[in-house]
Parts: sequence; C-alpha cells; structure tokens
Amino acid sequence: MIDLTVRWFAAYRELTGIESEAIETSAATPAELFDELKQRHQALGRRDAALVAINDEMADWAAPLTDGDAVLFFPPVSGG
Amino acid sequence: MEESLTILISPTPIDIESVRRAMADPDCGAYAQFEGWVRNVNEGRDVERLEYEVYEPLAEREGLRIIQEAIREFGLNRAVCVHRSGLLELGDCAVIVAVTAPHRDEAFKGCRYIIDEVKARLPIWKKEHYADGDAEWVNCQHCAAEQ
Repeated sequence: MIDLTVRWFAAYRELTGIESEAIETSAATPAELFDELKQRHQALGRRDAALVAINDEMADWAAPLTDGDAVLFFPPVSGG
Repeated sequence: MEESLTILISPTPIDIESVRRAMADPDCGAYAQFEGWVRNVNEGRDVERLEYEVYEPLAEREGLRIIQEAIREFGLNRAVCVHRSGLLELGDCAVIVAVTAPHRDEAFKGCRYIIDEVKARLPIWKKEHYADGDAEWVNCQHCAAEQ
C-alpha cells in the first residue's frame, strides 16, 4: 500500500464535495486510482477527456504511482 | 511583459494595448493577435457571465511549454499569451495570444497553434452562468455519474 494526496478541481471538487484528501491505496496508476475513488465518490462519472497530473506535472493515466505522490484530477479542460 | 515568451494568468481585465505595444519588434514584418471573447450564447442557452478556474502553477508551466514549442516549430520571434481567471462579463476578453515573426505565414500558424494547445492542455475550467439562473461547467457532460 502507498499513501497519496488526491486533489479535485472544478466540477470534480463540486461532485466529490472536497478539495483534497489523503488516500491509502494499492492502485498502481492514476487510472486505477480514479476507478477506486469512484466507489467512494459515487457522483463521479466516466473520466473520458479528463486529465491527470502527478506532483504538478501533467501525467499519463498509466504512469506509475509512488508513495507520497500528489495526484491531481482535472475534469475536461475548457480554457480559451 | 518584457520577455520574448510569456504566459500569464490575470485575475483583472487584460490590457490589450499594452500587450500589443510590448510586442513591437523591428526584426519582424508580421504581428498576429487572437482574442477570445465572452459570448452571449452557447449551445442554445443564453449566457449572462462566466467564471474561469485556473490551477496556476501548472497552467503557467504548461503554457510556457506550448509557447516554446510554437517558437521552435514556426520560427516566431516572440509569443505571449494572457488568460483571465475569475468572473467575466459578456464581451470581456478571456484570452489573448500575440506573436511576431518575420512573415505572416509563420505568424498566423504560430498564433493558431498556441490558442489550440492552450484550449486543449491548460488546467483551466469555464463555468457558464445562464439567464435562467442555472450554471454549468463547460465540456463536463460526463463528469457526473448518470442517474
């Protein structure tokens, strides 16, 4: 198991009702972590065009997670 | 705004003239500028105002990366992007991209590249507030579980 910090932004923050949480998980990637957290936050839907960052760097959904990482879940972006 | 490549997130109205003035460059024959404005309608709904949430640490870093890519790819001399955060009213400028290049073809292409990548890659979210009192995050139809 590893310990992570998870942060939720924009629509995700509103759907989960929280900005940040500490998670102990066996998830190996952001994709696995998101699926696991959907159980806890049942208002979350499909992740489709969502983006993810690890420790303030844009990351792949299949990137490896390591103990102490901060995982940032970004709903589909809509700048411009 | 002295540097040749800049991305800024601005919580206050963008001073468009000062962006343009700062781009003056005798080496360049072409200046291209794009502005994105707040529109009064989206997908058939009357929009009254909107709100941008920006995760600044990453928006600025990834924005700088986009600008560096454009400078390298299209041979731009200078490139600047300023994006608003916070509450905006109809007609406000939400984003400006300004570039200089020796010739117009590179300037148009580089400007287009930057705005397209900014819209696709930066952690920025738009919430529209409608005339009927409702509000919604744009592009987020599937963010919530289906009932």
